[in-house]
Amino acid sequence: MKILVCISNVPDTTTKITFTDNNTQFNTQGVQYILNPYDEIALARAVELAENEQGTVTVLHVGDANADATLRKALAIGASDAVRINAQPTDAYFVASQIAAYAQDKGFDMILTGRESIDYNGTKVAAMLGEMLDIPSVSITKKITIEGNTGILEREIEGGKEVLAIPFPFVAGTAEGVADWKIPNMRGIMSARTKPLLVVEPIEVQGLSKIVKFESPASRTSVQLIDASEVSKLIDLLQSQGFLKN
Amino acid sequence: MSVLVYIENTEGKFKKSGFEVLSYAKAIANQLNTNLIALSIGNVADDDLKSLGNYGADKVLTVNHQNLKSFVNQAYSAIIAQAAKNLDASVVVLSNSFTGKGLAPRIAVKLQAGLVDGAISLPDMAEGKFVVKNNVFSSKAIAFVEITSAIKVLALMPNAYKVVETGGQATVENFDYQANESDFKTIIKEIVKASDKVSLPDAEIVVSAGRGLKGPENWGMIEELAALLGAAVACSKPVSDAHWRPHEEHVGQTGITVSPNLYIAIGISGAIQHIAGVSSSKIIVVINSDANAPFFKVADYGIVGDAFELVPQLIAAVKALKS
Repeated sequence: MKILVCISNVPDTTTKITFTDNNTQFNTQGVQYILNPYDEIALARAVELAENEQGTVTVLHVGDANADATLRKALAIGASDAVRINAQPTDAYFVASQIAAYAQDKGFDMILTGRESIDYNGTKVAAMLGEMLDIPSVSITKKITIEGNTGILEREIEGGKEVLAIPFPFVAGTAEGVADWKIPNMRGIMSARTKPLLVVEPIEVQGLSKIVKFESPASRTSVQLIDASEVSKLIDLLQSQGFLKN
Repeated sequence: MSVLVYIENTEGKFKKSGFEVLSYAKAIANQLNTNLIALSIGNVADDDLKSLGNYGADKVLTVNHQNLKSFVNQAYSAIIAQAAKNLDASVVVLSNSFTGKGLAPRIAVKLQAGLVDGAISLPDMAEGKFVVKNNVFSSKAIAFVEITSAIKVLALMPNAYKVVETGGQATVENFDYQANESDFKTIIKEIVKASDKVSLPDAEIVVSAGRGLKGPENWGMIEELAALLGAAVACSKPVSDAHWRPHEEHVGQTGITVSPNLYIAIGISGAIQHIAGVSSSKIIVVINSDANAPFFKVADYGIVGDAFELVPQLIAAVKALKS
């Protein structure tokens, strides 16, 4: 079984988000980058599945050499080899196009991405890849198991879940619950140094959207504290704002 | 030229999030001075289809096919893209629901259209551009995204646009769709519905609790308060990590991002990752025994005190109000 896991390199969850160049660029000054948490659980599940099925896991990133440390971490967690498509991503369409061009003739049985990246928060690449490769996709997957050449996937739906059977190949965007986060061990870290990291040049493709400006969300006016002995005051306030219907 | 809007149904019924999407799409159609066509897939009663006119649809296209009773991602996206092509739609709108998140990117690729998912504003069309806002960096910032393609796809964030009733009835037409076998590779084995609980992503009110509740056995009062308010129940990451509550209730940066009108946080200190997942809520109420809990800094209303005393009092106060 061949699995491809697509990963993003994102600012650490505690990063203070600021912008430069008249609020048109994200300020990367002093920012620590990490493997996107949703991609990390995709990778963790891929490694588990590959161990059970004697398969291989390739990790892929679209971006510049700054992400190589993150790719090495993915190798330490258990990926067999890494690929970096050497391009500055413009939008999800651009990224998905690059991945689809690479994956097209490689015979992957399963392609995993995180459900979203914690920087631009789109849930786009998994389904775009599915469309570009003309194979099924599940954008928010809670569970993946394998039965022969079929994936059994749980998809999150409003107020419940759906269990799907999808023949290989398919694309899945993984959400929490699909696996536990894996901490690389010393052996993994040592072997990651010698595993292959292939750099591939991008295909020519135009993005279909671009971010023209950033803005910070409106800050809240300071909190109105209500004394613990006057709980009903809170209820009155909420009612006056139309929250409590009789 | 027209605007096409896809309206989801749940077991044959339209929901409020569908009317939000419709109202939003109507406003865009007005901006473009064109008509609004709604598309429904699945088995929906004729009167319900006509009633979409009450939210601005000029015409409703319906596809009701044996194989399309349940959601099939590839087939549904093929139908919506086909309708968009037939209508020469310049904008396609849908909900950024779990289902919409699976559909929108596929439709966008089929139409070679730029996509903004989680849209929170109407497009700004000044200077011939098309710019829509969405939340980025886990709601720590807002991006202005310009779509540069001829056709645009927008997936509207739940609770981001108010339902507007325009009055009127829409005409209903069957939409002819030629099924493509390769669009039905995915087989639905089972659909599990979690009783009658309010679904978290589109809930208007969310009652959320954290480690301050000390153990899973204490969630009864949280569920009772939520039921009284018609709210969804949520929790913080440590709570779902400890398996006190299921993962699907975890809101925060790596869980579900919610944007309800009212978010009530009980016994949650307010780690930056948790706040990232809830900060686009309209009103935030924080109840915590620690006056220095960081959550108070982003709250609109706060009570410093013991959840085990305050929550039963809240329940009593809501009950008193209701009776």
